Amino acid sequence: ETYPIKTKARSSYLLTLKNSTLAFGMTSIGTGYDLSVSTYSPDGRVFQVEYAAKAVDNSGTAIGLRVKDGVVLAVEKLVQSKLLVPRSNRRIQTVDTHIGVATAGLLADGRHIINRARDEAENYRNIYKDQISGKTIADRVGHYAQAYTLYSNVRPFGSSAIIGTVDKDGPQLFMVEPSGVYWGYHGCAIGKGKQVAKTEIEKLKLSEMTVLDAVKEAARIIYTVHDEAKDKEFELELSWITEENRHQFVPDDIAAEAERLAKESLNEEMEDD
Amino acid sequence: MAVEFQGGVVIGADSRTTLGSYVSNRVTDKLTPIHDKIYCCRSGSAADTQFIADLVRYYLQMYAVQHNEPPSVQTAAALFQELCYQNKDHLLAGIIVAGWDKRNGGTIYSIPIGGSLHRQPFTIGGSGSSFIYGYCDANFKKNMTQDEAVEYVKNAMSRDGSSGGCVRIAIITEDGVERHFFPGNQLPVFYEGGDTVF
Repeated sequence: ETYPIKTKARSSYLLTLKNSTLAFGMTSIGTGYDLSVSTYSPDGRVFQVEYAAKAVDNSGTAIGLRVKDGVVLAVEKLVQSKLLVPRSNRRIQTVDTHIGVATAGLLADGRHIINRARDEAENYRNIYKDQISGKTIADRVGHYAQAYTLYSNVRPFGSSAIIGTVDKDGPQLFMVEPSGVYWGYHGCAIGKGKQVAKTEIEKLKLSEMTVLDAVKEAARIIYTVHDEAKDKEFELELSWITEENRHQFVPDDIAAEAERLAKESLNEEMEDD
Repeated sequence: MAVEFQGGVVIGADSRTTLGSYVSNRVTDKLTPIHDKIYCCRSGSAADTQFIADLVRYYLQMYAVQHNEPPSVQTAAALFQELCYQNKDHLLAGIIVAGWDKRNGGTIYSIPIGGSLHRQPFTIGGSGSSFIYGYCDANFKKNMTQDEAVEYVKNAMSRDGSSGGCVRIAIITEDGVERHFFPGNQLPVFYEGGDTVF
């Protein structure tokens, strides 16, 4: 699902070639500002953090949609081998009853961030006797990720997290990047197909949709961004949180229907050609 | 004591602090603000309750700045409870947290010694409270008006030796806090005794 930063970055991103040193003999103007996260480049960039973001860009797409009555998360989980048991190695996980998180990038880093988020949510409940709000958990995760961009003896997380919650202010959607930066979104996409996904998401009228509509759209978008040529098999993970229901994977019957409609709409598109 | 009414809460306390039988302060202010619209009534050890109230005031200030919104009364009560329960062996503190917040309107939480948390429409605490349970239970009504609530709170001091001085009350609503003061000689007077000597 994800690739070591060196090989992918070097071959696809000419911009970084100019400022990076290479292990395998391609010519470059090596300036060595990218060796450590505690080093700035002359133009004020921290390259290691940017490289971490590349790890996210090379992984399977994940999207989040914030709609009228809840939040829907969907992930294009690329499957490397037919021997893998379906539904194992989930990329969407529950952080608290009202919080779901989908990650893209290095799966282990994503797991680690989610673990931390679970601790933060539990800690908040213990102190304040109330559940943590979306903006607060995003803030905590953002702070945590940013801490790993300060020291040279650790590396930044190679994962972005899409955090969907339903709290007293209604449905909320946030996305935290490896740099620690986070924003609130109505709809967001990360990973390989994020450009196509964002274009599709922008066409939707999210504030008028319900979660049932959003599930169908999310499935359709994931199928649209999936590149049949480059990556063969994938599993679609769909989850939602609503005011009445805690974060859960979309029930099988609804998910199956959404997938069927997604495949149909894809076929329709192909027939037009 | 504290009581909810239509639109907010009224809290009241006496003003006596004692060192044994010596009244070290007869005009104490036991109603302590811990946020713009959240007050607490302190009973038990003055040192313990002042210290805890200062800590909670600090935590609520940080909360307000970090969350960019005022904390709820529930949050304040939860913080008091953490402190009172986790340090129960070292404290003698009975606290009533009362205030107004946008989510729940006027709310009251009682945290007696031991550190349990109780949300109640009205509550009494402190040494003098034992003498007024009957009065309070008999006269409490839900959804009182502000004036009814103020009258309800003014009426219970002369039987308890550890309570006295004057009565301070605070009315907390969406519009803010109004503080009132009733000197001891202006309180309602009930049967005061009078023996016939043989």
